[in-house]
Amino acid sequence: MALRELKVCLLGDTGVGKSSIVWRFVEDSFDPNINPTIGASFMTKTVQYQNELHKFLIWDTAGQERFRALAPMYYRGSAAAIIVYDITKEETFSTLKNWVKELRQHGPPNIVVAIAGNKCDLNDVREVLEKDAKDYADSIHAIFVETSAKNAININELFIEISRRIPSTDANLTSAGKGFKLRRQPSATKRSCC
Amino acid sequence: MAADVQKKKGWEVQNGSLAPLDSLQLERSESPTPSMMQGSEPGAGQEGTMFVHTRSYEDLTTDEGPVSMGLKKGDGDQIESDMEQISKDFSELSTKLTGIPMDMEEELRENDSDQQEKPRRDSVLSSGKNDEDVTTDSWRRHKKQVFVLSEAGKPVYSRYGSEEALSSTMGVMMALVSFLEAEKNAIKSIHADGYKVVFMRRSPLVLVAVARTRQSEQEIAQELLYIYYQILSLLTWTQLNHIFQQKQNYDLRRLLAGSERITDNLLDLMAQDPSFLMGAVRCLPLAASVRDAVNASLQQAKAKNLVFSILISKNQLVALLRKKDQFLHPVDLHLLFNLISSSTSFREGEAWTPICLPKFNASGFFHAHISYLAQETDLCLLLVSTNREDFFTVSECKQKFLDRMRRRGSYQTLQEALRTPFYSVSQVGIPELRHFIYKSKSSRLFTRLCLPSPKIEAPYVTKEEKERLLGLYQYLHSRTHNSSRSLKTIYYTGTNENLLAWVTGAFELYMCYSPLGTKASAVSSISKLMKWIRREEDRLFILTSLTY
Repeated sequence: MALRELKVCLLGDTGVGKSSIVWRFVEDSFDPNINPTIGASFMTKTVQYQNELHKFLIWDTAGQERFRALAPMYYRGSAAAIIVYDITKEETFSTLKNWVKELRQHGPPNIVVAIAGNKCDLNDVREVLEKDAKDYADSIHAIFVETSAKNAININELFIEISRRIPSTDANLTSAGKGFKLRRQPSATKRSCC
Repeated sequence: MAADVQKKKGWEVQNGSLAPLDSLQLERSESPTPSMMQGSEPGAGQEGTMFVHTRSYEDLTTDEGPVSMGLKKGDGDQIESDMEQISKDFSELSTKLTGIPMDMEEELRENDSDQQEKPRRDSVLSSGKNDEDVTTDSWRRHKKQVFVLSEAGKPVYSRYGSEEALSSTMGVMMALVSFLEAEKNAIKSIHADGYKVVFMRRSPLVLVAVARTRQSEQEIAQELLYIYYQILSLLTWTQLNHIFQQKQNYDLRRLLAGSERITDNLLDLMAQDPSFLMGAVRCLPLAASVRDAVNASLQQAKAKNLVFSILISKNQLVALLRKKDQFLHPVDLHLLFNLISSSTSFREGEAWTPICLPKFNASGFFHAHISYLAQETDLCLLLVSTNREDFFTVSECKQKFLDRMRRRGSYQTLQEALRTPFYSVSQVGIPELRHFIYKSKSSRLFTRLCLPSPKIEAPYVTKEEKERLLGLYQYLHSRTHNSSRSLKTIYYTGTNENLLAWVTGAFELYMCYSPLGTKASAVSSISKLMKWIRREEDRLFILTSLTY
């Protein structure tokens, strides 16, 4: 089975739950008193997708202002970016829009953007309507899901969707008119953090 | 972010630091004598040192810039009106900080019942709203308050209570500072009503502590300096200055958001851990063979841009490797200890974060790879690199280190060594001795042993007991380090314990005895303890400073 390395980075305001999403995905655990990330944290997880193994190289970045300038180091060379906002905090959705703008201007051209509205278990105190977020995501052709790292809602689905959206190496070849399959070197194996 | 620390050009020896005494190899004397030379005391490094040398603890506080001795004599009238103004300002400040205005008393009594001390900022989600109410009595009862403000009087940090609620108090503080500055003078401290209000000016910041601890003014100032360095380690001196040059009334809390817990943790640590008071680094006691194995593995796992490889366990140093000719300052290592102990976020995955080591170079960032060796262990490895793109190279170094340790069985040995404490009262052979701190001045390392006695098992383990003991040591330290009349030895009899301190040019020794012991037996036990330390020195200390 072919192994592909997919570099994914998480962006978004502080406290929206980026690390919690990663923990849920990688360790299937949740800590309500999780400390804010300092700098960035790196984790990996390998999952099977169709007839390939996808190894996610995940950069979980810190949302705090003072680390903002470091973000390009992590989204440069990423196959996908997950931008997270907190459905109970309107301002985190505005921050998200700024991230989208920044990715458009400075990010890699083919980056897959996924928008995750986290803390969907807190529906009672919701400030961002699902429809508004969905419309916005559609307008920029981004993946959209509402997630709950706490209740493990849509976390795996989010990563599966990323696997699906990232153009497979085989598909590229067949669409280029080759009649036979070539086992290509994985496309995203650059072993550097940028 | 400011430029990275690349090749350090023209590295200056700062703040009166001395180059390490490499050449001096003095005879290592067996018995303790006051005339023992630095470098020959137990715990002194055998092949040079691993830390930058400052002459002493005092160096850290003498670089305060323009410092004057409180109020200077001037024209009589001028002074009088100044004093009037000062006392007016001060009474306002003290009302805010300590006193309770008459008309508020009733209101306070009502609030008192539901004011229990709550731990602050225990989760990401806690915001300013959950902060303690600064108008309550319980807020005033805190032993030590620390405030950081900008020169424009804007709040930057406060230990308890939200910064917003304290903005007028901080305004008064800034008024006091600038009032005296207008007269080309500087305020250092105010002593009143059992409180010490200590000011420290580090442009563009002003740091203020209000304490009713037994610490001397100098020691409180030292703690404020640590807070200042802590802020520098997040931002660099260059960035901090740049920001305030651009915009004088910048709200620095924006950039420091999320770092409050690191500063909180530093203040908590300073109240419990003698490292900061000693200005030295505590070594994890470890058999020399085990430490050698760790060092050898660290030496193998090197990379071009690595400057320091540091293995720590619970704020104690296990091993330190450095690039040739580069020295770490104990203050910088303390800041790293604090960073790691302040957050559980390093427990998962591998962290990669910019960090400024202000004593090494306050103008640039290093990039630190921080990871625990395994999930259930306290062993944490820090790899400090100059290149921010180096993550994967450095990450491989960690893997290489771990692989080698495992292959040779060193990892297992290390884990076992951590589980089994090797010392006991019978080994030291002084039954009345409960606790001691021994610091080697030349190596800037110290050891601290708590000896469980049959009657009181591990007497200093709770937070309160630790703080109480440190308070006693602080008292001894301040008496032996008083700049005008310092004592060489001091014997102190308390209700719960007797203490003895002995400070020489080469070492400092602080001993804590059971209250039933006598002064004579305490004095006679010193040489016994010193012999024991000498015998165990290769376990208690890191005697050789290694480079890649």
